Amino acid sequence: MTRLADEGLIPHRGKGGRAVYWLYLVPGLVLLTLIVLVPLVWNVLLTFTEWRGIRPPEFIGLENWIELAGDTTFWASFRNSVAMIIAMVIVPTLLGLVLAAMLFDLVGKKFGGRLASFMRATYYLPQVLPVVVAGIVIGWILRPENGALNTILTDLGLGALAHNWLGSPDTALLSIMVVLVWVQIGYPVVIFMAALQRVDPELYEAAELDGANWFQRFRAITVSVIRPEIFVVTLTCTIAAMKVFGPIFVLTRGGPGDSTMVPSYYAYSEFFQSQQVGYGATIATALTIVICVLVVLFIRAQNAVEKRERSGL
Amino acid sequence: MSALTNAPAGAVPTGEPAPKRRNRRRRRPADWVILALAIVFGVLIAFPFLLIVINSFKSPADYATGGPLALPTELYFDGLVNFWERVNFPEKLWNSIYTSGLVALFAVVISVLNAFAIGIGRVRGRTWIIVLFLLANMLPQEALLYPLYYMFKEVGLYNTTWAIIIIFTVIQSAFGTYLLASVYGTFPKEVLEAAALDGANRWQILWRVVVPISRPTLSVLLIFFFIWTWNEFLIPLTFLVSNDNQTVPVAISVLQGDRLMDVTTTSASALLGVIPTLIFFFIFQRTLTRGITAGAVK
Repeated sequence: MTRLADEGLIPHRGKGGRAVYWLYLVPGLVLLTLIVLVPLVWNVLLTFTEWRGIRPPEFIGLENWIELAGDTTFWASFRNSVAMIIAMVIVPTLLGLVLAAMLFDLVGKKFGGRLASFMRATYYLPQVLPVVVAGIVIGWILRPENGALNTILTDLGLGALAHNWLGSPDTALLSIMVVLVWVQIGYPVVIFMAALQRVDPELYEAAELDGANWFQRFRAITVSVIRPEIFVVTLTCTIAAMKVFGPIFVLTRGGPGDSTMVPSYYAYSEFFQSQQVGYGATIATALTIVICVLVVLFIRAQNAVEKRERSGL
Repeated sequence: MSALTNAPAGAVPTGEPAPKRRNRRRRRPADWVILALAIVFGVLIAFPFLLIVINSFKSPADYATGGPLALPTELYFDGLVNFWERVNFPEKLWNSIYTSGLVALFAVVISVLNAFAIGIGRVRGRTWIIVLFLLANMLPQEALLYPLYYMFKEVGLYNTTWAIIIIFTVIQSAFGTYLLASVYGTFPKEVLEAAALDGANRWQILWRVVVPISRPTLSVLLIFFFIWTWNEFLIPLTFLVSNDNQTVPVAISVLQGDRLMDVTTTSASALLGVIPTLIFFFIFQRTLTRGITAGAVK
């Protein structure tokens, strides 16, 4: 019986056995090796070389890594990644929790499910756009001379507030963050609303009778029931936040100065503008390592929380 | 917490209409305030779309006098037409449809083959294979970018849509494999056994039993792969340098900041980028919202 549990789901007679299934994996694994694994390893090897893309790469040991450690642009790019995480993970998750609970508990129950799903679709709308197009839409509103936002401000007599939003170091990063919050907000709302259907209404009624207010019920019941979804949302959004490229490319190109530089745009510009392939590869590898570490930390944190929950019961 | 959960459910007063109905009738002023907040927030999210729609049909002069909030005094299509002709929009649209369509199709086929071996065949070491595929999906594309650029240049596929099709078939099928393998892992065993008893071999079981039964999941994957590939930017930007094979997002973004683009033409360019994805959204709205939640729970 124990051996059987490790068998394939289709019973078989005669020749072959489970090993034959490897044939089905051949195309997938060959493609994966060619398109992902080989380039990945190659890219790591490139970090130990100086290469301008024409003559053969030259081995220079750890020089790129040493240069990276002292590169202020590189560190600025990771500081800006923290801003991306605030804009794509923290704000959307918190706001998403509140909005999902509002739509599900209140709008859905007291004003009808159709209104709630219409609102949900509205919140989700920016999510379907290509991120670059979302960047272009908001970038259009923030145009310096005759942009919509500045024109509206002037018309309201607040002309003093008009500003070169994307062109000044003090507001460029903030403007990018606004784009990302706008793009991202629908995703947690949709996921959390689906998760809320698992919350047992009797639990809520009971808590209400015990005198728990809305916020107490929300914290004690809702958040603990939908915790798996909160983990999934924060994990996937954190990975996405570390990879932000499109909005930076269309809106600021990392500028002014380094104020909106992010690791992926920095790597791109080293590859294709400065032609410093080895250095670009080093930035990309550093980004990959950071993402892997974040994923491992996340999964460990999730397991720890689950364990604590189980022993707590 | 335990005090809350231990409260007897029987304490709910009986002999009254079901709680849901009761709530529905009793809308307190506070409820209206919260509803208003939710609506205001929705309007805020939709506002950029509205601005783009209004201003794409104005002449630059009309924009200068009326401002961004006024409705156009007369419908002006020059901005839209200029941009449409300048980027040869039908060609870009076709490039996007064709690359995203082929990627979606190929990636689903590869995902099915992989997931059949992992989920139903339960090959040895399957956990590690799944980790490998997951890694492929999680990696930043920057880490593959230059080697891929070099490789595709060497084999002569650089600056062709085939480069995009091959790369994204692999990246999307990595996610598909992960998702489908767990779906196939719980495939009803009796169905497979019955098919085997009828004399079907594995290949026949895959295409005549497993694929038809999992068709709903496969169609969700197909739609997702299509839209994800449509929205991709970094790799298409790097690989599609000549005008005639660019995709919609790339073609629109490379013209931003161009001197010939006045205010309303830029707005029109954004509108042209928005429209196709909005069409997908309205067609696939249900599948999309159901699909992302299915993906998340796993």
